[in-house]
Amino acid sequence: MQNEPLIIESGDVCQPFRYAVGSYGSVFLKELKETCRFMGIRCPKCRKVFVPPRRVCGECLVEMTDFVEVGPLGRIATFTILRYAFIDPETGEQKPVPYGYGFIRLDGADTLFQHYIDIQDESRIRIGARVEPVFADRRKASVRDVLYFRVIDETA
Amino acid sequence: MKQTAIIGIGMTKIDAQKPRDTFADMAWEAVTRALTDAGIGFDDIDNVITTSNDFWDGRTISCMAVGDASGVRHKNVSCVEGDGTFGAFYGLCRILSGAYGTTLVTAHSKGSESVSSLITNAAFDPLTDRALGLDALTAAAIQAGMYMHRTGTTPEEAALVSVKNHRNARHNPYAQLPMDIDVEDVLASEVIADPLHKLDCSPVSDGCCAIVLASEERTRKIGRKPVWIKGVAFYSDAYYLGDRNLAEAPALVKAAQSAYAQAGISNPASEIQVAEVYDAFGFQELMWIEAMGLCGSERAGTLLASGRFGIQDRLAVNPSGGLLSGHPVIAAGLIRMTEVVRQLRGEAGAYQVDDARIGLAHGINGICGQSHCVWVLGSEQ
Amino acid sequence: MGKRRVAIVGTGQTLHRSHRPDVNGQELIHEAVRLALADAGLTIADIDAIVIGNMDHFEGINAVDCWSVDGTGGTMKPVIKLTTGGTTGSTLAIGGVHLVASGMFDRVLIVGWEKNSESDTTGAITTAFDPVWDRLVFAGAISGLAAEAQAYMARYGATDRDAARVAVRDRRHACNNPHAQLHKPITIEDVLASPMLADPIHLLDVCPRTDGACAVIMACEGVAERLAPVPDWIWATANRHTYTYLGDVNWGELDSMSEAAQELFAKADIREPRKQIDVIELYQPYSFAGIIWIEDMGLVERGKGAEYIWSGATDMGGELPINPSGGVIACNPIGATGLIRCAEAALQIMGKAEARQVPDAKVAVSTGFGGCMWTDMLLHGRNKPDF
Repeated sequence: MQNEPLIIESGDVCQPFRYAVGSYGSVFLKELKETCRFMGIRCPKCRKVFVPPRRVCGECLVEMTDFVEVGPLGRIATFTILRYAFIDPETGEQKPVPYGYGFIRLDGADTLFQHYIDIQDESRIRIGARVEPVFADRRKASVRDVLYFRVIDETA
Repeated sequence: MKQTAIIGIGMTKIDAQKPRDTFADMAWEAVTRALTDAGIGFDDIDNVITTSNDFWDGRTISCMAVGDASGVRHKNVSCVEGDGTFGAFYGLCRILSGAYGTTLVTAHSKGSESVSSLITNAAFDPLTDRALGLDALTAAAIQAGMYMHRTGTTPEEAALVSVKNHRNARHNPYAQLPMDIDVEDVLASEVIADPLHKLDCSPVSDGCCAIVLASEERTRKIGRKPVWIKGVAFYSDAYYLGDRNLAEAPALVKAAQSAYAQAGISNPASEIQVAEVYDAFGFQELMWIEAMGLCGSERAGTLLASGRFGIQDRLAVNPSGGLLSGHPVIAAGLIRMTEVVRQLRGEAGAYQVDDARIGLAHGINGICGQSHCVWVLGSEQ
Repeated sequence: MGKRRVAIVGTGQTLHRSHRPDVNGQELIHEAVRLALADAGLTIADIDAIVIGNMDHFEGINAVDCWSVDGTGGTMKPVIKLTTGGTTGSTLAIGGVHLVASGMFDRVLIVGWEKNSESDTTGAITTAFDPVWDRLVFAGAISGLAAEAQAYMARYGATDRDAARVAVRDRRHACNNPHAQLHKPITIEDVLASPMLADPIHLLDVCPRTDGACAVIMACEGVAERLAPVPDWIWATANRHTYTYLGDVNWGELDSMSEAAQELFAKADIREPRKQIDVIELYQPYSFAGIIWIEDMGLVERGKGAEYIWSGATDMGGELPINPSGGVIACNPIGATGLIRCAEAALQIMGKAEARQVPDAKVAVSTGFGGCMWTDMLLHGRNKPDF
């Protein structure tokens, strides 16, 4: 038995999905696509503003209805710079390295927005740096309608 | 087993699709309904068990989606992957262990978001059977043929299950497919995989269900209309279809017998007034009824054809309309439990079974009903 | 309240490797199951129920509870699956405790496994996060961990050298563990010289990808004492799966760990963890966590984690050894990993940890980590719990 070749069965599996964005998320994506604005939602109890908007405040367990605009500017809350090749989830291709990734606190929001961060000059990427979004010309109502955030002032 | 009750139930309507709702939205709807039904708030919930399936949700760690909406943030929480009846079992154990006084159990899926045959094909072994392209439906068709061969059950008798259940669904505001059909309609519907016609098969649906379990002590404090857990058990059969006798359901026999023994039931056919069973396919309802000893020595098909098992019968089977009338996988078994609770409380309105005191709820995991969970519930302690 | 006490009476682990082409998934599971049964002196007929878990998309098999019965011995037994991502293994252990403590079963077999070599691990992990909001701009599990490290470093001034000391510790400990995947010690310079994956995490700071299975058998009081000369009693469990979206996470502080630890220690009357706990098996997927999360656990004050690590307190022979097994950095079959932490803690309490034994270990903690920065915890003890 020992010297017989081991067989590895290989193949691809395709599982197509159509995920419902839901009524709350749709508000966000619609505004993003049509007006390049970011929408959050405020909890009536703790007054926190959540991005992306969702129906329930996970802390207070109450339903939220109060949409508020946030951003478009924000600050880097935390980040990293990817140096090893990773597959871009949208394209299935390797994303060229290095690239920035992190969490942005959009002005007026209490939760963070995950996105890519442009790193033309790595030294400017730091926690607290002021950033602005760069939008795609052709937008599809997706978080990728924002191409990335870029630092406009790392000293502020 | 220490006395434990179901003190709250809630569910969304079962729909072909819910494009406005995310998993979290459905969970919130079901959970808040269950809390309102129980007359309690999130603070009364000691721990949470969510039930979901990563493949159906298209998401590894599918439980993550419903965390906030189920109120888990500052609580102990876990997730069962399987039918809601199994999730409820673990939720029950977390009370019986003495760790918690109440458990919120949720179960959800949105079948509309994927291609169901690809999802169930993924349950087949990648090394041996998957490439054959079997899915839950085609495998069930094989099982149907074997069952009908063993028992002599006819396509007309199997079709009657669909007729009964769709008609029952007309009285159930939560059901997806209320329909007034007859046997000819079922047999004239498109053949999906011989001998299964389209109307012999449950649809693929979206839905979410939630229940609140409570210990005897907590039930006395906060329970308004408790339904008591009399017995519960689950067993799994072998896995490969060829390792099983698909025409029999030994795992279900064992689970039912264990649940009956716990409940002190010696003659289930006469001691149970209502049964909500996992009718993913019409013939399976007959198979499960027989395996659970609900029709003595007679064939379930014969009895059904003679007029048994309707809402007015001394043992109503699937008065809610069953899965044939709406099948959100995962939530399905928890909805069976919810429907039995409604019956035992006398709250089933137009599909209320007379004098329902002992009820049975049934859930399944796996292809051709490999693994079964049986609950016996009672209106009295 | 008359709670039923539960103990671990046997464990089994495969020899975890990056790649096990010699076995299929069921055979991998069976290896661990056989070893655990032998360790407990039981046969499969003695097992009343089976709890199993893994992360579905790693092997691409739906309804693993049903599929695995040939490997677990689950045919015509109660079989149930729990899965919560990276925390699966510890979730399974907690599940076993409740199943036995409930009185519904006396002897429960718990199985955690993963054959990570069989799929696109990164692709599968990507699917863990919300498809609309988090998945499309996701950059891998390591990025989230790197973001945590950056946030912590900005606040408390720790460096990647501090983190490397943690990696060195665990890799050295792993040399004593025949089950661990990686058996070569490393130096701090090795870590810092290894490729930077995502600032500040180097290759040698993180876990490998592993094929492996772990099985643990739990039994009720009355049965446990007959099966094991020194059973490992489970005193308490606590967990928090706090966040649903990555953007809600409080980066730099592991909220789930703080809350779970507070609850766990309160339940077991642990007021001075460094004195009262003898050993910790910490689910630590990357080195910085070894600094940050011991603060969240309440072992040391905020900002003092690195100092504690450098003191040698968490090395073998120190005040509170962490990861005598080598931990996750030396071995990571994800669905098994949390259960391996539990099994390793059990081995410590049972006195069966061989070359990695912490002398006279009476109280141990095992943890699980995963998902959206979630934490599971179990408290193990040589004495029976006093409830």
